[in-house]
Amino acid sequence: MQSNKYLPSLSLLIFLALWQGVASYLHSNTLPTPQVVAVVFWQAIVSGQLPFHLGMTLLRLVVSFSISMLLGCAIGIALGRNKALNAFFDNWLVIFLNVPALVTIILCYVWFGLVEPAAILAVVINKLPNVIVTIREGTRSLDTDLMDMARCYHFSKTKTIRHVILPQLQPFLMGATRSGLALIWKIILVVELLGRSNGMGYQLHLFFQMFDVASILAYTIAFVAVIQLIECFILKPLDKKALRWRR
Amino acid sequence: MTDVQITIDNKTYAGATQPTIKNFQLSLKANEFVCLVGSSGCGKTTLLNCLSGLDTHYEGDIQVGEQHTTPKIGYIFQNPRLLPWRTVRENIELVLAPNQSPAVIDVLLDFMQLTQSQHEYPERLSVGMNRRVAIIRAFAVNPDLLLMDEPFVSLDPPTARDVRALLLQLWQQRPHTVLFVTHDLREAITLADRLIFLASTPMRVISDIVVPIPRTQRHDETAIESFRQQLLNNYPDIKLLL
Repeated sequence: MQSNKYLPSLSLLIFLALWQGVASYLHSNTLPTPQVVAVVFWQAIVSGQLPFHLGMTLLRLVVSFSISMLLGCAIGIALGRNKALNAFFDNWLVIFLNVPALVTIILCYVWFGLVEPAAILAVVINKLPNVIVTIREGTRSLDTDLMDMARCYHFSKTKTIRHVILPQLQPFLMGATRSGLALIWKIILVVELLGRSNGMGYQLHLFFQMFDVASILAYTIAFVAVIQLIECFILKPLDKKALRWRR
Repeated sequence: MTDVQITIDNKTYAGATQPTIKNFQLSLKANEFVCLVGSSGCGKTTLLNCLSGLDTHYEGDIQVGEQHTTPKIGYIFQNPRLLPWRTVRENIELVLAPNQSPAVIDVLLDFMQLTQSQHEYPERLSVGMNRRVAIIRAFAVNPDLLLMDEPFVSLDPPTARDVRALLLQLWQQRPHTVLFVTHDLREAITLADRLIFLASTPMRVISDIVVPIPRTQRHDETAIESFRQQLLNNYPDIKLLL
């Protein structure tokens, strides 16, 4: 089983080798070699272009992600605990779940203009229904024995949420976070492409017009790297911390 | 001191054809240890849920202590119901009132021989230890009324005996009014001042018997066994329950 440790690095190397092989064989501007992409990547970092645009996109990500998670948890818990509320809002949820992302983005820009709040709102509207549905499922599966215990010992509302409800929702929260990040990344790029003058989406749009594939690939790598960093340094430790009480 | 006066005129679950509890009355004196004995499904847990305020859908009146105050209830459930993501100590700290000193926890932990394990998570401890934590949690709130719903039911006999002995010692040090539900007659005789035998559908009291064995002789198995035989012979109704 010793060799398992090296398999991830080996697979990465083979991926790079394949890319190199195909690129040298085609010898075309539309598929630059890894080497060319690496040089472009480095130049984009040194010039400050890539950090700036990546930073703008990350800022929008953080803001829209926080808003949709907080709102989504509050609404999801409320719907999961209250049958009447759920019966009323269920249809709304289905409507919002099924409106295509592009439609909400266009409508937000048409109604509110090409401004930052409209961009954030478009992302939030796309993400919110997913969070609500996930957290609602989690809330429905809460352990009634523990809820009764909390009531019997007169736990306050905040105490109940913090010590009884949230720990049980933890797997659902992590699920919503992971799927949310993936979804928001993709939507933000479209939002930027359609109506913002900075950010990754805006840059990619420029590169597309110039057929600058090397830059597109360099930005993509930055993108993937950021997501991996978030996974390794934020989500994985959170997972580990949440599971420390298990046998 | 807390007297408890229970009157439940009618408790019928939604959708049920018959009431679970009907015209039920029971009063407990302050610091009295009362065991409810009856077959499973006769409504004992329903009664405890009404007493603890978890179930408010009944006709009747329950008074614990002075009028118009919310009584403090310690409830030891059939399963320990500890929060698995909080340590033993945190589980107990959570039920304390804001003005209560946590010093009481140290005393109780020490008494139940859990000081060593206070920072462990419940899932890493044995079932017997979890039971003891649940008992500490109930005593820690210094309750007006302590409810116990077959708290030793899933323990092996030696562990059950140990935890029962600890419970009795603790109760003698810190007396509370206790309502203890069981269907084990021997356990009931060991623990109680008074035995209430219940028949089912709807739940009603068949007999109300004071246990004459003095507290100092409760560890004597033969005394308990002979009283049990005597009960079964004198009250044929009880035999049918068990």
